[in-house]
Amino acid sequence: MSTDVTAEGGHGAVPTGPEVPVEATPAASRRDWPLYEVFVRGKRGINHVHVGSLHAADDEMAVHAARDLYTRRNEGVSIWVVQAADITASSPDEKDPMFAPSGDKVYRHPTFYEIPENVPHM
Amino acid sequence: MSTPTVEHSLDEAAFHEHFDATIAADRRIEPRDWMPEGYRRTLIRQIAQHAHSEIIGMQPEGDWLLAAPSLRRKAILLAKVQDEAGHGMYLYSAAETLGADRADLTDKLIERKQKYSSIFNYATLTYADVGVIGWLVDGAAICNQVPLCRSSYGPYARAMIRICKEESFHQRQGYELLMTMMRGTPAQRAMVQDAVDRWWWPSLMMFGPPDDDSPNSAQSMAWGIKRHSNDELRQRFVDMTVPQAEFLGVTLPDPELRLDPETGHHRFGAIDWDEFKRVISGDGPANAERIARRRAARDDNAWVTEAATAYATKHAARKHSA
Amino acid sequence: MAHEETVYEALDHASGGDGHWAFGTGFDEPLAGVDTTVPEGIDPADLGEYCLMLGDDALVLAQQLTRWVTAAPELEEEVAVANVALDLLGQARLLLARAGSVGVLGRAREQATESIPDEDALAYFRDPDEYRNTGLVEAPNGDFARTMVRLLAAATVRLAVFARLRDSRDPVLAAIAAKGVNELAYHRDHAARWVLRLGDGTEESHRRAQAGVDTVWPLLDDVCTATDLEVRLTAAGVAVDPADVRDEVSDVLTQVLERATLTAPDWPAAAPPRGRRGEHTPELAELLTDLQGLARQHPAATW
Repeated sequence: MSTDVTAEGGHGAVPTGPEVPVEATPAASRRDWPLYEVFVRGKRGINHVHVGSLHAADDEMAVHAARDLYTRRNEGVSIWVVQAADITASSPDEKDPMFAPSGDKVYRHPTFYEIPENVPHM
Repeated sequence: MSTPTVEHSLDEAAFHEHFDATIAADRRIEPRDWMPEGYRRTLIRQIAQHAHSEIIGMQPEGDWLLAAPSLRRKAILLAKVQDEAGHGMYLYSAAETLGADRADLTDKLIERKQKYSSIFNYATLTYADVGVIGWLVDGAAICNQVPLCRSSYGPYARAMIRICKEESFHQRQGYELLMTMMRGTPAQRAMVQDAVDRWWWPSLMMFGPPDDDSPNSAQSMAWGIKRHSNDELRQRFVDMTVPQAEFLGVTLPDPELRLDPETGHHRFGAIDWDEFKRVISGDGPANAERIARRRAARDDNAWVTEAATAYATKHAARKHSA
Repeated sequence: MAHEETVYEALDHASGGDGHWAFGTGFDEPLAGVDTTVPEGIDPADLGEYCLMLGDDALVLAQQLTRWVTAAPELEEEVAVANVALDLLGQARLLLARAGSVGVLGRAREQATESIPDEDALAYFRDPDEYRNTGLVEAPNGDFARTMVRLLAAATVRLAVFARLRDSRDPVLAAIAAKGVNELAYHRDHAARWVLRLGDGTEESHRRAQAGVDTVWPLLDDVCTATDLEVRLTAAGVAVDPADVRDEVSDVLTQVLERATLTAPDWPAAAPPRGRRGEHTPELAELLTDLQGLARQHPAATW
């Protein structure tokens, strides 16, 4: 069949259909640096708010990278970083039976989805 | 966390109903909410492809970083390429809330198991290409992305808000470069027209195939992952761009392009979907080069990443024992 | 819906609008609105030449660091390295504009048309022998370790000089230095952290970091030797004699290397200035070919 393409990837058209042949590659099983969540106080008088995450080898690197990425090194901005794995969460929906019965971390779903390579439309 | 067994025994249909109701009420799905597997998979794929597009998209313009013809343009371009790295990171971040892992997504990009926007497989031949990418490619991206600020998945929608702010800024910068060049020498004006000739059709292709050939769109629209059809967005882009082209003084390379007074929309010629499919399946002018660069960044520097991890581990242990 | 967006709006308002998110505003005329009058008793030609020395160091190093964008170990580092390069580019623009404002344009003005601003005439239309950067910044990047060692050395020297230049008798130079000090402290810190991680990381990273140190150290031989011009301007209260910062620089670098479990070679014997007098390696010519090629193809164009 023809390559199945959709514009769903915001930047433009991306294919979802049959994969192009994959050349044999050495296994690149490098583990990434831990995930950190970043909280920024934009100015005095407002709370720190969660703005996103990044990867860093340690806390210091995380603060620096957060400053570079999320505040463009704007002076006078306060930044908190915390390893995502260290966050324990309570959610407003916690007691709701509709709440997913999985995971106790806010930002990460605990299951990693390894999808077979030749599933169509992946 | 101990999970009461009663929750396990709840019928998945009930979760599904709750999910559907959330979508129907135009409320956001958040990371810990139950969601159908198809929704999660579709989102991971879409967000990852979007992130890859940002990261690969650094290269066509990045190729002019060393040669930008004025220091002001060099600073603007460097800041823009840096923004694109930032966009990629915001998006990988959003994908990670769904259980994906950035290193793994990067591997998939490098192994060509996941795609990125085919537009970035075209080479940038002159400095006018930098302006035209800002104007047309970022312009098309904005048409695609603004609706995603209302995507049903919260982290994605929030990432898109920031990205859209920066993209619209980039588009204005690109257009400003083109205006400056059009006021310049005849050689500069010719460069702009040539770049428009080369990038116009690929820009229209960024919206994806016609709606009747876009099988996944319906489900994505129903889930609120996607808000408008490919053809709607493409039409919006053309209508938006034609007057900008006139103002700039360039000709869009489509003899069939004209305003339909009845609908108020511009009609345009047929898109060469064969070319599109060739480029997207790896046969574009720069596919191999784009991937090779990311592969080199990963493989040649793996020792740096490892060193930082080793250092962090050592020092965490020392801190602990101190 | 509206509620969900408020955190971003709050951040946006807090930072005074879109400019915060879209780094890239304020790239116009470096010295717009600044009084560029030269105070009495300062030789404008000397001042301009001195600004070229400092400006060229920044421009050349920015160009080198830019090569890491799309090639860095992690995306976080691409953003960081681009930030450093942007800061240096900003410093270069200010300093070249200052040189232009006092009429130091060399042969550049013969080639660049009038519509080209001074900063670009100087950056794009000077030949290698007119460049005044030191050899430290024109040496190739090498691997990531060498790049960071070189950045550490260059930022440490520059920070020490800029800290003193805040008291320069030229108010424009003093203002440029005051702005630059914060940036350079960040660059030095960023590089120092990497040198620590690499030196005290894995066996391979240690070996590469030490090799970086061994390659970079000899390049320090002329960075602390003053030219006659620097001696004159230092006496006039305008410039900093680089010999005066040598001990401070050497202390900082030695401390970092020690903590990084690396061996600091002896400080090289002072050599007469080379780059400051226009003597360069072929690497600078190559770098300038990349930098200047397009602009020189269109000498009458504005961008």
